Amino acid sequence: MLKIKRVPTVVSNYQKDDGADDSVGCGRNCLGACCINGARLPLYACKNLAKSGAVEKLVISNEAKEPPVAFLESLVLGEWEDRFQRGLFRYDVTACETKVIPGKYGFVAQLNEGRHLKKRPTEFRVDKVLQSFDGSKFNFTKVGQEELLFQFEAGEDGQVQFFPCMPLDPENSPSVVAINVSPIEYGHVLLIPRVLDCLPQRIDHKSLLLAVHMAAEAANPYFRLGYNSLGAFATINHLHFQAYYLAMPFPLEKSPSKKITTTVSGVKISELLSYPVRSLLFEGGSSMQELSDTVSDACVCLQNNNIPFNILISDCGRQIFLMPQCYAEKQALGEVSPEVLETQVNPAVWEISGHMVLKRKEDYEGASEDNAWRLLAEASLSAERFKEVIALAFEAIGCSNHEEDLEGTIVHQQNPSGNVNQKSNQTHGGPITNGTAAECLVLQ
Amino acid sequence: MSLTKSSEEDSFNGRYTLWITEALEELPHNFTITDPFISGHPIVFASLGFLKMTGYSREEVIGRNGKVFQGPKTNRRSIMEIREAIREERSVMVSLLNYRKSGSPFWMLFHMSPVFGRDDGKVINFVAVQVPISGQEHRKLGVMSSDHSELVFGSCRREVCFGSFVHQNRASPVECDDEQGLEDWEHCEASESEKLKAVEAVNNVLSILTRYSELSGRLVCGKRYCLRGVDCLSSSLVISLGRIKQSFVLTNPCLPDMPIIYASDAFLTLTGYKRQEVLGQNCRFLSGVDTDSSVLYEIKECILKGQSCTVQILNYSNRKDKSSFWNLLHISPVRNASGKTAYFVGVQVEASCRNTESKELRPETRQLSVVGAVRVAVRSSLMVTC
Repeated sequence: MLKIKRVPTVVSNYQKDDGADDSVGCGRNCLGACCINGARLPLYACKNLAKSGAVEKLVISNEAKEPPVAFLESLVLGEWEDRFQRGLFRYDVTACETKVIPGKYGFVAQLNEGRHLKKRPTEFRVDKVLQSFDGSKFNFTKVGQEELLFQFEAGEDGQVQFFPCMPLDPENSPSVVAINVSPIEYGHVLLIPRVLDCLPQRIDHKSLLLAVHMAAEAANPYFRLGYNSLGAFATINHLHFQAYYLAMPFPLEKSPSKKITTTVSGVKISELLSYPVRSLLFEGGSSMQELSDTVSDACVCLQNNNIPFNILISDCGRQIFLMPQCYAEKQALGEVSPEVLETQVNPAVWEISGHMVLKRKEDYEGASEDNAWRLLAEASLSAERFKEVIALAFEAIGCSNHEEDLEGTIVHQQNPSGNVNQKSNQTHGGPITNGTAAECLVLQ
Repeated sequence: MSLTKSSEEDSFNGRYTLWITEALEELPHNFTITDPFISGHPIVFASLGFLKMTGYSREEVIGRNGKVFQGPKTNRRSIMEIREAIREERSVMVSLLNYRKSGSPFWMLFHMSPVFGRDDGKVINFVAVQVPISGQEHRKLGVMSSDHSELVFGSCRREVCFGSFVHQNRASPVECDDEQGLEDWEHCEASESEKLKAVEAVNNVLSILTRYSELSGRLVCGKRYCLRGVDCLSSSLVISLGRIKQSFVLTNPCLPDMPIIYASDAFLTLTGYKRQEVLGQNCRFLSGVDTDSSVLYEIKECILKGQSCTVQILNYSNRKDKSSFWNLLHISPVRNASGKTAYFVGVQVEASCRNTESKELRPETRQLSVVGAVRVAVRSSLMVTC
């Protein structure tokens, strides 16, 4: 069994050290059976993209002017600011210094000394992407209701509906948006699909589509949603996505890409070129649902094959990045270079996208493109392994008939134009996959 | 609430005098000029060539944001590049798929460049030239086979324009006969001569703008001669703030008497003042004889402590009836990228207008959402890649 020790991120004020069981009973307004009766929360039901399609309007009309700050954006920002002014966060993230690291890629660095204070390192199992839900550990049914901002769902039709005070219905497990009390940027929230169903951290089609809906509805290219699988730096095994505002492009989003294939439903799949972490980009498709489902197919395949990964939902849901990674596994095997380890930066979805949250002042002051690159390159699969993973994923998506294109790409890959990390150990992921795929399939 | 088309043109004519339009119309190029300091970053001038190319009338274009010409097949990455160039106040040249009024898409070379105020380094306008791509040298990315030219031209109408076409203003742009053709098009590279043409066009527009700004005495230039002053907001921050449609002001606590440095359109509507009447003023001009001085004191205390506060205060408008109104005012300090308090934001809600409609956000939430949106905009406005 592979394990690493790390300081877990405190996402809720109700999260205790060492994931110890809470025997506190209640009286603190949580989401458990003890408190949920009579609980109310605003409900935002967004336009249903699956039903309305994703056809964008072309014609200039009066509505084509720059829209006002969107409804969902006002709700997220307004409720977040309210919790901020009520002092629910562990620190003021806007007081954390932040800068763009000079260089070609524009990595963003933030000095955040408060995020990891007051927690002891905990052991995390990193060799199992799918683990069953454990109600005795911290999960989002244990957060206080004041940390919840609103309920979010895809509505029945093409209309946005808003109910300022809607009962939380335990029979019909609501999806909720909660604050992350250790934010890494302004507006850092968690989207928890069907919170009362206690789903483990694993991608399913419905939940990813909900996250894509949220990205589309927020209608702001600087509000992205991210996902970390277990083994790729998720610390809580209760299904959740993260999101926040950062009004500049991520280096990952700026990276040039090269098309590998287009699926029958028109989803274009490309591979990023000259980025330290080998990644896939999904975009287009006849509808947002087609796009989302294609990514879900790939993710389900990855998690069934025990391959840790991160997802970034970008450009209002139009672009979805999938980044398989092996950092934690290498860390557990003692293969990550000590200088990189020393920074204690965990390459989860935001770091891999190019937003580096640094814990030590010296790392912040000395932040360079080289350092950022070196850290991220440790997380990347090797060229060989990435090729295998693409093949697996494409088989699941049903575009294995593009084998020829793929071969062409791989040939090109072996002579990367940039300094794509070549030294990753080529065996990463391999043995583990072979060893546990069957076990994971049983869970499925 | 929003500015009328004529006022958009007024702001342009004010800077360059009335003859500017005539002079620009003599240029053969396809171009637009936008004003980032008007909410929505609208087009304030469009050349005849541009109108002819896109099929729109001038009235349909003035006051619009350039993004209305984009469509489902427009490359998202190119859009991001343009967005970032605006944010970083620099020029950009990129191939772009745009759409005409008829809905038909076409490839053009988009070359945008900022125009700076000579004395304050502030961005005054952006000039965007569009050169139709003739299709002579375009290539499809991702095709590796040797007979790629056939593949590319196979799906698209071939434009025959060999020979010297450097000064040919009406080169037919690359078009596709069917959707599938476009779908396969990853990119359309402009030829060197088209790139030169774009540069030449921008230079011609810039030199006319410079010449006419001399007439009005408010000089502009294509290069930044001085750093932006401390009291001068970046155009990217102003564009972000312009998206917020509610009444608010930003004040600068580092300047003497904490003057207003930004006022939203909704603030001007609420108070009845013009922008130039409020910029540089301390907010106390909204007070009057019956304004409770203890509330003013409370505000002052909060500002000194660097805290946020919500108060109810009687304010006096400059609207036609000179009416006073109860202002539910929220004030918060706003930090910049270095984590230091750079501004205070004041968000006004007219108490009588408090919306109790149950399907809307609570007025308090809407008010705080303005604070949030301002924080996001300010925090990233200084983090510009250079």
